[in-house]
Amino acid sequence: MDIKHIPKKPLPAIYSWLGDRIFLTVIIVLGLSIILMTAGLALVTIVDGWEAIKEFGFIGFITGKVWDPGVNRTFGALPFLFGTAVTSVGSLALAFLPAVAIAVFISEYAAPWLGKMIDNMVNLIAAVPSVVIGIWGIFVFAPWMRETVYLPIYNWAIENNPSLLPILGNPIGYGMVSATIILALMIIPFITALTKDAIDQVPVEQREAAYALGATHWEVIRMAVIPYARGGILAGSILAFGRAIGETMAVAMLIGNKNTLPFSIFGPAATMPSVIINEFREAVNSLHLSSLMAIGLVLFIISLLVNLLAAYITKKLAIGGGKTA
Amino acid sequence: MWEQVKARKSLRQRSINDKIMVALITLSTILVLTPLVIIIGYVVVNGIGALNYDFFTEELGSPTRAMRGQPTGLVHTILGTAVVDLLSLIIAAPIGIGAGIMLSEYPEHKLNPLLRVMNDTLNGMPAILKGLLAFTLIVRPMGTFSGLAGGVALAIVMIPIIARSTESALSNIPWSIREAGLAIGLPRWRVILSTVVPAAKSGMVTGFLIAFARAVGEAAPLLFTSFGNNYLPNHWTGFIFGPVDTLPQRLYSLAISPYKEWHSMGWGAGIVLLGFVIVLFSASRFLYRKRK
Amino acid sequence: MGKNKKKHNKDLVKTPDSWDSSIKMLTKDLSVKYGEVYGVKGVSLPIYNRKVTAFIGPSGCGKSTFLRALNRMHELSKNVTVSGEVLLDGDNIYAQGVNPVVIRRKIGMVFQKPTPFPTMSIFDNVVAGLKLVGIKDKKYLAEVCEKALTQAALFEEVKDRLSSLGGSLSGGQQQRLSIARALAIEPEVLLMDEPTSSLDPISSMKIEELIYQLKEHYAIVIVTHNMQQATRVSDNTAFFYLGELVEYDNTSNIFTNPSDQRTENYISGKFG
Repeated sequence: MDIKHIPKKPLPAIYSWLGDRIFLTVIIVLGLSIILMTAGLALVTIVDGWEAIKEFGFIGFITGKVWDPGVNRTFGALPFLFGTAVTSVGSLALAFLPAVAIAVFISEYAAPWLGKMIDNMVNLIAAVPSVVIGIWGIFVFAPWMRETVYLPIYNWAIENNPSLLPILGNPIGYGMVSATIILALMIIPFITALTKDAIDQVPVEQREAAYALGATHWEVIRMAVIPYARGGILAGSILAFGRAIGETMAVAMLIGNKNTLPFSIFGPAATMPSVIINEFREAVNSLHLSSLMAIGLVLFIISLLVNLLAAYITKKLAIGGGKTA
Repeated sequence: MWEQVKARKSLRQRSINDKIMVALITLSTILVLTPLVIIIGYVVVNGIGALNYDFFTEELGSPTRAMRGQPTGLVHTILGTAVVDLLSLIIAAPIGIGAGIMLSEYPEHKLNPLLRVMNDTLNGMPAILKGLLAFTLIVRPMGTFSGLAGGVALAIVMIPIIARSTESALSNIPWSIREAGLAIGLPRWRVILSTVVPAAKSGMVTGFLIAFARAVGEAAPLLFTSFGNNYLPNHWTGFIFGPVDTLPQRLYSLAISPYKEWHSMGWGAGIVLLGFVIVLFSASRFLYRKRK
Repeated sequence: MGKNKKKHNKDLVKTPDSWDSSIKMLTKDLSVKYGEVYGVKGVSLPIYNRKVTAFIGPSGCGKSTFLRALNRMHELSKNVTVSGEVLLDGDNIYAQGVNPVVIRRKIGMVFQKPTPFPTMSIFDNVVAGLKLVGIKDKKYLAEVCEKALTQAALFEEVKDRLSSLGGSLSGGQQQRLSIARALAIEPEVLLMDEPTSSLDPISSMKIEELIYQLKEHYAIVIVTHNMQQATRVSDNTAFFYLGELVEYDNTSNIFTNPSDQRTENYISGKFG
């Protein structure tokens, strides 16, 4: 550092002091920018969404069932809240057991080389970009689901139970079920990673104590390992849930994008991120744009709540101040 | 013995249960890993077919180009991706590292609890919201979509990850290193920059690679910041100040378009993007393994 | 069980030719190898029923390794090989087709660190072993729990809070809980690996009293690095050194009149 106004005689004290002040200031500015960014996220969605919130009222907006950019210009977010809720909860429900099973397999059953390989593969699932999964979903998975799952069920219902047809909906292949299944696959790595970490931290004495009671391998896992690791399991699940809520591209490409309730099981639907993606680029009307921003605000609030819940539960369930997750 | 009279699960049954669970758990693992293999398989097989000389040298143009079999490709997309990704790195690196230094090296500072909470919150936010932020901050005032806005959006995605991993890498450096620096009279900032940071280099780079691999694959924030472009910009500044095409966003557009020819180019974009991400991912795992 | 009573005629300290029912367990040339290195080499000794046998020796002498071979705990580790025989009432527990799960119910173990299952209540901890075999009868479980906790001298202290978590007890109480848990499944032998090492003197004393009472019903083996504890608590003592059994005799003989110089050196504190 070359500070010109310091006299030629070396004054290391000022050099240190000034250097420290400048450095700290720079660091503080950089840190502040993160704080501002986060605050900005909230502010932007509030400010830009204000027009819509004022128009419909916050509660009215959230409970509004009709989203009509065209004729009536009413915007209610309920369809997307519903879609997000169903896909997120559904994907977590689907993903939970397989994800924990994989973590148990890696930690308890697999040879070290196999465990490492599977661990890498699971992490690879998380690394594959959502759009790549999306394009595979559009051209491979959705048609396959249509042929192998939806159509047979649909045809069966036509023959045997036609009253089910409206609930089943149009089996085009793009819809909530397809999106939920793919979403489940995408969130598995988050549950598995934290579960595996928690399992690895179970002390060997706990396992030995269980074996010493005459337990089989699975019984040791069930009795001593998994309960001890439950903090990590729960933290991983909540983290996965948070990701499922915000997952955008693969869901948007698979969910069919229908903006009005009711959603049927096989038929098209929508989530909060998917509607933003679908309509943002074409939205010219300012109320429309503002409504989309307001959906962003709802998304922000829900993500925030889930994150806070995760932090709280992690602290509560940690065993003896252990470093679970 | 009481125990024998009342025991309901014989040893044989418990052994069978044990074996059943092994089978179930193994099956689950296979069940989950199979789609991964299938997905990568499809992307590779379909994508390779789309990669030809034109792919890397021509711009996209209108749909009729592809439909008529005229030369079309994604050179503008690849270049645009490079520009936007580079911009995001340049923006994210100082902020992320700076915040990481703050959290790790100045733990007594009053700002830290707030910074940590905010950083973790930002980390947990969906990328699409970060795109909306960049839209309002950059696109609106500029009056146009731009590569710069895309870079900012991706930077916001990367920053919390970099901050976290930097903090982690720095705090893993033992105190003795700082002590040594202070003992020879170095000011605090020199201790940090000249002794601690270099020691934590590989951990920080690993964190970078992970953050970068994440950001590179994001499409949602780019859809309303860099927006996309079917053509190369006229001047190189167009990459930064005008709408620009990027692989994730273009992949999305091609996939949902009604044109079959564009679908196959979509697979091509997919394999390029996937390849890029896998290289970054492998590099980060390799570095991570080296540290251990 | 009971079909293959073997005759053993190796030269052991104090071992008659036919199976003596005063002997509960007998090892024959038992060796444990970690990879290529011997942890325990060629040890043959009897464990007497309703007596306390202590294993003493400096760190790394193999006493804990030997102990763990007695209930097949080494099978949980990789790269460990056990050779030789371990007879329980005349039958080799390492014989082909013998399930270690069965063995470990007959030969219980208490470890150095108290290990209650932290997510389970005191009650559930004690009856954990019973629930494993599917016993669900609440009255029966409650009876067994009370009996085991009483045997472990813990019942009076926790009888009013059986549903509180196992981890909420003090160190000494947790160790007695671990003992109760081991006793609840009614083993025939109780192995204890330095059970008081991590406890304060008062808790240690309580557990030593406990051991004295328990030996009326069980064969007890205790590994200890505390020689005074061995003299207080045990009837027979085995001195291990560098993986070998150096000397095995009545406790009083070992400590007042050892036959081997190495034993004498260890007892008089000449090495660690």
